[in-house]
Amino acid sequence: MHIPDGYLGPPTYLAGYAVCAPLWAIAARKLKETLDARRTPLLAISAAFTFLVMMFNIPLPGGSTGHAVGGVLIAIAVGPWGAMLSVSIALVIQALLFGDGGITAIGANCFNIAFVMPFTGYYAYRLLSKALSGGKGRAIAAGIGGYVGLNVAAFTTALMFGIQPILHTGPDGRALYAPYPLSVAIHAMMIEHLVLFGVAEALVTGLAVFHLDNSRSAWVLQASAEETRR
Amino acid sequence: MTPARGSRELRKFWVVLIVLAFLTPLGIYLPKLLQGGGAWGEWGVEEVEKMIGYAPRGMKKLADFWKAPLTGYALPGQESAPASRLSVSYVLSALLGIVVCGGGAWLLGRWLAGKKDRRP
Repeated sequence: MHIPDGYLGPPTYLAGYAVCAPLWAIAARKLKETLDARRTPLLAISAAFTFLVMMFNIPLPGGSTGHAVGGVLIAIAVGPWGAMLSVSIALVIQALLFGDGGITAIGANCFNIAFVMPFTGYYAYRLLSKALSGGKGRAIAAGIGGYVGLNVAAFTTALMFGIQPILHTGPDGRALYAPYPLSVAIHAMMIEHLVLFGVAEALVTGLAVFHLDNSRSAWVLQASAEETRR
Repeated sequence: MTPARGSRELRKFWVVLIVLAFLTPLGIYLPKLLQGGGAWGEWGVEEVEKMIGYAPRGMKKLADFWKAPLTGYALPGQESAPASRLSVSYVLSALLGIVVCGGGAWLLGRWLAGKKDRRP
């Protein structure tokens, strides 16, 4: 889901930065208002955690590979704005040091993976956890949240790929950037995420929440509840 | 949460992260074993050329915009090393990632949280 350099034309990648800049500013302001200094290490752990999770490539046998992100789990622990910042840090480091995702595409990738995913997944989780009560219910809600978050992010990523031939096709009919049309991009991205990578995300999220809820580390998951009460 | 207990719990999380770092070679071996190809939409320009018959002009120009020092989580020159040697690169990259991402987020968090250690 990390869009490399060269797949997005300037209008799209510049829009990615333009949209993310104010979102990063809002995230910083929100954390400035609400972040308890004792929870700061959780932000660090979150950034390192998502970095690692994204290294575990899962194969779709005979097809492509992908990975979970952990973005919704992080949103449940440090709130969606905290997730936006910590996942963004991991994405920037991946692009700069490891060539995973493009430099021009950092804005676009942060929008999809650090904003769309944590927010959609987190609110899906919150909606569901009202209906599903108890520790198991909460874990199931979190798992579904993870599934939803990763898939919506895969969808917005596919849109970015898919609009490139519409925006940039040479007079010779050849694509200038990502060559596949919307239908192909959406089809390819969604099938693999709906069938496999989303399930991995659901398992990571659900099992982690279940385990944390039943351990002495349950306080880790309390930020989100406190934040929304404010 | 009492600070003492909190810090013990946090230590546990860091240990889990380090264990995860040593497991990252699974991300090399599993796709190899089950013949998963590359990620969709993350092909190199040559691969795209093979797939559609030409290299998109804009893509060719932008693709080498940045040369990352540890491309593909591999030590320089090890990108196409055999899986066993690439695994070493992977674990080192993972440990470096923990330090840089964790350190970056910690600095940012400390700056944002300031000195308040209690919610108003």
